Amino acid sequence: MLVPEPPLEDWFAGLDAQMQRSPAYFAGKPVVADLTALAAVPELVAGLMEALAARGIRLVGIEGVEPNAAGVALPPLLAGGRTVAEGIAASEPEAPPPQEPASLLLDQPVRSGQSVVFPGGDVTVVGSVGSGAEVVAGGSIHVYGALRGRAVAGMAGNASARIFCRRLEAELLAIDGLYRTADDIAPALRGKPAQAWLDGEQMIVAGLD
Amino acid sequence: MAKVLVVTSGKGGVGKTTSTAALGAALAQSGRNVVVIDFDVGLRNLDLLMGTERRVVFDLVNVIQGEARLPQALIRDKRVDTLHMLPASQTKDKDALTPEGVARVIGELKERFDWVICDSPAGIEKGAMLAMYHADAAVVVTNPEVSSVRDSDRIIGMLDSRTARAERGERVEKHLLLTRYHPARALRGDMLKVEDVLEILSIPLLGIIPESEAVLAASNVGTPVTLHAPDSPPGRAYFDAVKRLQGEAVPMAVPEEKRGLMSKLFGRRVA
Repeated sequence: MLVPEPPLEDWFAGLDAQMQRSPAYFAGKPVVADLTALAAVPELVAGLMEALAARGIRLVGIEGVEPNAAGVALPPLLAGGRTVAEGIAASEPEAPPPQEPASLLLDQPVRSGQSVVFPGGDVTVVGSVGSGAEVVAGGSIHVYGALRGRAVAGMAGNASARIFCRRLEAELLAIDGLYRTADDIAPALRGKPAQAWLDGEQMIVAGLD
Repeated sequence: MAKVLVVTSGKGGVGKTTSTAALGAALAQSGRNVVVIDFDVGLRNLDLLMGTERRVVFDLVNVIQGEARLPQALIRDKRVDTLHMLPASQTKDKDALTPEGVARVIGELKERFDWVICDSPAGIEKGAMLAMYHADAAVVVTNPEVSSVRDSDRIIGMLDSRTARAERGERVEKHLLLTRYHPARALRGDMLKVEDVLEILSIPLLGIIPESEAVLAASNVGTPVTLHAPDSPPGRAYFDAVKRLQGEAVPMAVPEEKRGLMSKLFGRRVA
């Protein structure tokens, strides 16, 4: 979690220094920015995205600003992201930090209206995904509960991504751009454990028994 | 230490104001100092249900805007000494609420009362967000039908992210209050069953309030149902809910369809 504060030039100077000490620190990691300190100065928010992208930092979500003020180009608002302790980079100046597995684990249900976006890999939800919620992953999606909302897997062009769930009640399934709505999913599979994957240009949805 | 409780739902018309009045009155009767606040600026109803609509001089917005002091706006209930209410404005709208103003009012109320119960408006806009922001605990009022359940799920997501407690990394205690429960409809499958709602919302069940004419009768005479008809099925259910709110373990009574002798003997007509 990044917490930019004005004056932004000073904050970026600090960020650059940290990245010089640990160049791989942000590599492949999903980053959430807490923009509450910038909420009063919306012009700064627009420039922030470009400045972060130029440094190879990929924002997957933002907190603390109204969606309208944030602007269309910004990623969806997340809530409840955990702060990455910024002291970690300082304590290991020479060795690059150990590569963390690219997967996101959520051990709470995803509530209606919440949007989880994780381009860096798989997303696992220990709980249900509510109707009107969405999970978007670069890799596969695993739901140990009922999938009632949308699941969008393989978002960055990964055609081998799959979607798994314990109870299929999804509103929409999509893998690498190919999607299927609830209407087009076999009624016999509704409420059952299921998985979905791509076979060429076709999406196969089958029971998991 | 005072506890701030928000009664919220997302969906409109499910029983938030009815429940705020009922729970507030029951808590006050058990000896606690309770204040119920109407956050539905512009569409106020709590004053009607509490029977205070003819005694409103100043309201929440007047206090926030510094036009009145809190004691001038608080209305003491005539039936229960330890129960007060703070009405909303009817002439303004929710833009008159400010985060700082609400914080100040809640802070002042926490010093005088044991329970501060905030009756949230429907929706997820400013009024609802300000009503829930300072909550230590939440009662999520839900009818056992699909749109109410989905809206409650949304509200639960907001309780976990848009409250002061969530911002500090703490949790808001969430309780599910299932209202307007109709056993025959649940049996027929026209309404969701209790287990279905619990499975979708995954928060602890505070109580099941059955659909009952006693609720309408009470609101027509401007009295919380727990004062007007304490022995009616909804009355008893609200009293049980209040015990559970205070930590007591009370076995959950699921309302059942009452069938008279005639309908048991001549259940269904066959051709």
